[in-house]
Amino acid sequence: MDGLNRNSNGAGSWILENLVTIIFVAFTLFGFMVSSGVSVGYFFSELSSRVFRNSFLVLSLIIPVLAGLGLNFGIVIGAMSGQVAIAIARYFEMGGISGLLFCFATAMVVAALCGYFTGRLYNKTRGQEMIASLIVGFFANGIYQFLFLFVVGVIIAVPATHPMIKPDGVGIRMTVDLVPVKQGGLKYALDNIYQVPFVHAILAVAIGLFLLIVVRYWLNIRKGRSYLNSRSSLIVNGGLCLALAGVAIHAMVTKSELMMVRKVPVVTGLLIIGLCVFTVLIMKTKLGQDFRSVGQSQHTAEVSGINVDRTRIIATMISTVLASWGQIIYLQNMGTLNTYNAHTQIGMFSVAALLVGGASTSKAGITHAIFGTILFNAMFIMSPEIGQSLFGQALLGEYFRTFMVYGVIGVALGIHVWKANKKSRIVVE
Amino acid sequence: MAEMNGNGNNHLRTSGSLFGDIGLPTVIIAVFWVLTLVAGHFVGISMSTLVSDTIKRAGMNGILVLAMVPAIQSGTGPNFALPIGIVCGLLGLVTSIEMDMTGMAWLLTSFALAIPLAAAVGYGYGKLMNAVKGSEMTIATYTGFSIVALMCLAWLMIPFRNPKMGWFIGRGLRETIQLDAVGGAQILNKFLLFTVGDVIVPTGLLLTFAFFAFLVRLFFRSKLGIAISAGGINPKFAQAAGLNIDRNRILANVVSTILGAIGIIVYSQSYGYAQLYTAPLMMAFPAVAAILIGGATASRAKVSHVVIGVVLFQGLLTTALPVANEIFVGTDLSEIMRMIIQNGIILYALTQVKRGVQ
Repeated sequence: MDGLNRNSNGAGSWILENLVTIIFVAFTLFGFMVSSGVSVGYFFSELSSRVFRNSFLVLSLIIPVLAGLGLNFGIVIGAMSGQVAIAIARYFEMGGISGLLFCFATAMVVAALCGYFTGRLYNKTRGQEMIASLIVGFFANGIYQFLFLFVVGVIIAVPATHPMIKPDGVGIRMTVDLVPVKQGGLKYALDNIYQVPFVHAILAVAIGLFLLIVVRYWLNIRKGRSYLNSRSSLIVNGGLCLALAGVAIHAMVTKSELMMVRKVPVVTGLLIIGLCVFTVLIMKTKLGQDFRSVGQSQHTAEVSGINVDRTRIIATMISTVLASWGQIIYLQNMGTLNTYNAHTQIGMFSVAALLVGGASTSKAGITHAIFGTILFNAMFIMSPEIGQSLFGQALLGEYFRTFMVYGVIGVALGIHVWKANKKSRIVVE
Repeated sequence: MAEMNGNGNNHLRTSGSLFGDIGLPTVIIAVFWVLTLVAGHFVGISMSTLVSDTIKRAGMNGILVLAMVPAIQSGTGPNFALPIGIVCGLLGLVTSIEMDMTGMAWLLTSFALAIPLAAAVGYGYGKLMNAVKGSEMTIATYTGFSIVALMCLAWLMIPFRNPKMGWFIGRGLRETIQLDAVGGAQILNKFLLFTVGDVIVPTGLLLTFAFFAFLVRLFFRSKLGIAISAGGINPKFAQAAGLNIDRNRILANVVSTILGAIGIIVYSQSYGYAQLYTAPLMMAFPAVAAILIGGATASRAKVSHVVIGVVLFQGLLTTALPVANEIFVGTDLSEIMRMIIQNGIILYALTQVKRGVQ
């Protein structure tokens, strides 16, 4: 929608701008057409739990983009920090809300420290931050494995009888059970605080969004900024919200299949909304303005007295800390810690989700993140089904979705650089 | 900042005559390797086995590392899209098996099929690299990843019927294909193989590597090769001198992709298995690390860097595995060490890159 309003210079440019998003929408719709096996209830259950699990991680990518660092694949380091915190909590058998708070606090310290060092690295690899962030993730994975496979057991003595230590007493097991919250563990520690049915949540979100749109429209008029308003987008967006609310009410009244969808964790949702608000608000502070000016031109920012290096380090640190919390939210929902695999794909998947939402290396917002997470996960659920129904092999769909992940990142980055190069060439000429 | 560092290095280089042109990473890795060897000696690991394995692994990885030279020299940076060349090589290899070739005929047919394919694909890839100047490394990485993922689909759907490659049930090719079945395992290694004491010297493998290294060296002595290097050092100057930079960059990437394709065939025959599906995904990184260890930077590389780098890196890895297993029983320390060294060295090289085009 936004893209359509901003770029009125031809449909071709709009399609190029949103190519990735269009491919994904088409793919998901195609999936619904060809596969008969997916029920609406199953689809939305899967989708909502995945969205609640991943949104926080995807949102953590926004600030580095705005600060001109590009897509921070280094959030895997944040994810590892979160896992270190969870491993400590699990080792000392902490659980429930207090255990969770301990995890958040520990992860914050570890991630801030790691973020500081990655930030310094990005300052040294200026112009190549994205490849550096990818490689630093691999590098950190080596250190992480050294810590978990070797330091634990050889340097720090641990009892071999502990359920998370390997039977020979050295290193942490491949999978660690996080123990359900009822038995004093971390599994669902956040999600189980308060849950509401899916349709109620839809209704609340739809009404909330509707009020937000109307209030913003009204505020703009009152403050004399009515030029920011667009009547058509108000009607379209407001109408969509009301339609969504209508669907929810209809489902409640008729007790349709949507009522069967798994319940929705409220506190997790509130945390995600809180992060959205935080991201919007921080951009209005002095620090946020610094991020923006550094993102636009490091040189201009330097000249106007902003400490560019420091600003970039802060942006990286915030991103890493948020990613560590995101990983904790992710893992308490999964219920098991895949010690050596859980973090490896996080960077790529989150980046791909953000790009699918329409973001690029220099432009990203919360709408991109949330919309992208929903769309990306919808594709993820559908692709094995497509592989199954078209070719009789679910494996094919899985390979296809791996291809989509890498392809999306490659295509989105490629288009962006290509356009930037073309623009600079026109300027030069 | 970058220029200041550069000056500092020059200053160091002129004053420290002991190491001459040898860079810091090379020295560190070499010292580390020697220490591992000494440790290995004391825990009683057979030195001749270690040396044999080092020679073998250096030879088998050599051409893949060699593929970095043209790409770096042309100014596109290390070829992080090496998997593109690799899948071309693998495709040539399996097609050759499908054609019921065996032995030396199989090997030569593989080369013959893979090279034109790699040239065509490399041309497209070179075009892409020209479109995305300034961010080549990131985009190359993801292009490589995408191609590997796409080829996973191809391996699964390709209508090859040869029972040596298929699954027992269902369609598609196996994850690892035994080359024993076509008489292709170690075919180059066994050629003129001899032993000095207990050290096995796979002459054919080394000759192949030497041959291609020589070719690349010769290529960069030719007029065209020098033009490519000039474009890499200073594109504006080269442009002013009337060189067609974009065409040279494409050409360099074609050569690099072809070397990648040849490299994986040589690698597979020495390993004894062709690994399909996701196996090529991460293969670019060890190759990049090896040439950097040899003393190359992200913008300058020579064939000598390839030889030094691949021997040091593979030597260290070969030695570290048994030594680490002997000293710290039950841990997989060598794999961890590989990850840290390999990615650490790439990061170090990235910090030395001058600011990219923005």
